[in-house]
Amino acid sequence: MSLFKRLFTALKSGSVTSDEWEQIRSNLISSDLGVKLVDQLIDQAKSIKPDDAKEAITRQVSSWLSQKNRNLIMAPDRVTTILVVGVNGTGKTTSVAKLANKLKGEGNSVLLAAADTFRAAATEQLQTWAERIGIKVVIGAVNSDPASVAFSAISNAKQDKFNYLIIDTAGRLHTKQDLMDELGKVIRVIEKHSPVDEILLVVDATTGQNGITQARTFIAAVAVTGFIVTKLDGSAKGGVALAIEKESGLPIKFVGSGEAIGDLAPFEPGSYIESLFN
Amino acid sequence: MFEALGQRFTSIFSGLRGKVSESDLTNFTAQIKTALLESDVALEVAEQFSKQVFDKAREVSDEINRSTNPAQKIFEIVNAELTQVLGGSARRLRFAKSAPTVILLAGLQGAGKTSLAGKLANYLKAQGNTPLLVAADLQRPNAVTQLQVVGDSIKIPVFAPQPGNGVGDPVVVAANGVKFAKDKLHNFVIIDTAGRLGVDKELMQEITDVRDAIKPDEIFFVVDAMIGQDAVKTAQAFADGVGFDAVILTKLDGDARGGAALSIVSMTGKPIIFAATGEKVSDFDLFYPDRMASRILGMGDVASLAEQAKLAMPQETSKKLEDKFVRGEDFTFDDFLSQLEAMKNMGSMSKLMGLLPGASGMKKQLENFDESELIRTRAIIESMTPQERNNPKVLNGSRRSRIARGSGRAISEINSLVERFSQAQKMMKQMRNGGMPAGMGAIPGMGALPKPQQSNQSSKKKSRSGNPAKRAIEEGM
Repeated sequence: MSLFKRLFTALKSGSVTSDEWEQIRSNLISSDLGVKLVDQLIDQAKSIKPDDAKEAITRQVSSWLSQKNRNLIMAPDRVTTILVVGVNGTGKTTSVAKLANKLKGEGNSVLLAAADTFRAAATEQLQTWAERIGIKVVIGAVNSDPASVAFSAISNAKQDKFNYLIIDTAGRLHTKQDLMDELGKVIRVIEKHSPVDEILLVVDATTGQNGITQARTFIAAVAVTGFIVTKLDGSAKGGVALAIEKESGLPIKFVGSGEAIGDLAPFEPGSYIESLFN
Repeated sequence: MFEALGQRFTSIFSGLRGKVSESDLTNFTAQIKTALLESDVALEVAEQFSKQVFDKAREVSDEINRSTNPAQKIFEIVNAELTQVLGGSARRLRFAKSAPTVILLAGLQGAGKTSLAGKLANYLKAQGNTPLLVAADLQRPNAVTQLQVVGDSIKIPVFAPQPGNGVGDPVVVAANGVKFAKDKLHNFVIIDTAGRLGVDKELMQEITDVRDAIKPDEIFFVVDAMIGQDAVKTAQAFADGVGFDAVILTKLDGDARGGAALSIVSMTGKPIIFAATGEKVSDFDLFYPDRMASRILGMGDVASLAEQAKLAMPQETSKKLEDKFVRGEDFTFDDFLSQLEAMKNMGSMSKLMGLLPGASGMKKQLENFDESELIRTRAIIESMTPQERNNPKVLNGSRRSRIARGSGRAISEINSLVERFSQAQKMMKQMRNGGMPAGMGAIPGMGALPKPQQSNQSSKKKSRSGNPAKRAIEEGM
């Protein structure tokens, strides 16, 4: 029986032993929800009337989720620019490819920009994806300024009237101030020519509580508009995503769940909450 | 990495004073558990560890209460337990009886295996070995190219017969790679593999097949230090699947609390062997459990700092400085500059400062430390004449204004550098006379740093700190 069901059954019977509460608490902590959030949830659950426990708890968790629109923004009469950022190894390049494939499948013209000029062969990795999808990618020289790649990409996208421009950036640890500043420069350069509509932060579902710090720092540095949570197909529950949504008020827009190009789906709050308790 | 945890511990310890009652002990262990959980230590491990500390502390409760400083006593228990859980003694690389020593890397997607392969190869090469890299990640687009680029940059050959991107059989590539290494007399082979999830049975079988084909001497599980509660499940899946001999932690330069290290070690019983920290290929070192325990407890990784300093400072320079020091000669601007350069060599200032005791509290400022400050300081010193560098007393107003013009800095900056320099000079004299420099601000070249903790360390003459973490530093140094 799932923990969620167990919790409700226990609540309904009106007698939850302290051992059972401890068990529930342990399970939630193992989902990377974070001790503080778990204790908050348990405290509230304890005071809930047994009859409407399920609804009340779901409502509680849902109220922590962002109320903002989870759809991707689309600019009506100009190119929509999406910047994808995150720490190293979260799956930015793969997510960029998946997103491009999805948008192309919906009938849009999509241009990619390989602004990760730092990691060895990151450009080639994106090029390979672009070939598979059948779209163009703007590239720069190794170790060149990512802002210059972004500049030629936006010029290209405007000139050829692309619907979407998706820019892949180098992984950067949020603790490296100079790299965070570099991101600001990329954005400034683009915005001289066209607005940046979405800045998506890629969060690895296997990340622990450090994910909160990551999100906090990226949001402070650039105007993040939403998240992509990756690697949800593993054994990690990605509970930190709930903590991030609660703190930032920004929405998870997509979840990645595999290595195939089609493994990207819109975020479904209902099934996510269910999985946290499983 | 564990700084945040260190801060927690520091605050817990500062709450412990006087005699320790049973309820104090219970409260204390509960706090340790919460601190560990917030640091992503797996639940079971956090429970086990805090219970261990509780039991040990109770066992010797008489001794604790008889001692003049009970908190210090408990602190020692925590330190010992932590060191033990983290691996007791550091594990070293095993060499095969007959070359080559074959190393297989395994881990989740994005853990940093390919970068790590390069770092490990570079580390081995620096020790006089002749490693060969084998590109057996044929899954992720252009992982093969990435390894080739990395190999080229460090001048280490890469065996890459298959283009990857889904083409080729990793088992065949790995086996041929080992064969190739034997033929060409490489004494190490490092095999990079595709990232895979613990739950992916098919891919776990694939890497098991690779293992069976090449019979590696070492299998390393590569894991991101930022990983959360899933660390245990994933590590267990890899241990049960392909199996591994030791763990390599990556991305330790972030601010992840790295509780996963504790979890994996205690759940799988496998030691951590290496730790990777940064973007550069040289950002790689052995893992030291005892040092890490000190870091967790906020005592700072002094041993690592000393080692890095030794490596960074060219031998002659440090010899020269040492001689001057012994002979009692004056510390000059030239010495000041060579120290600055040594610091630059030591890598990013923020990383370096993180190793210092008591520095965990100023982490934020450290991360934002402006390294261009070093460049400016250098410009100023290089605008001085040899006479001025050797005898700063001659620096009058007109000389200072000339230096300001020469270096393109404001006169006020020249003044503050001279001020900082004289402090450093004073400190050197003090040290020669057997005293300890007071606080961080006295370290040459770092005068511009914030000094929030200075008072803690310089107050030692009046009284011993009630905080065992600080006391240990005072007494240990």
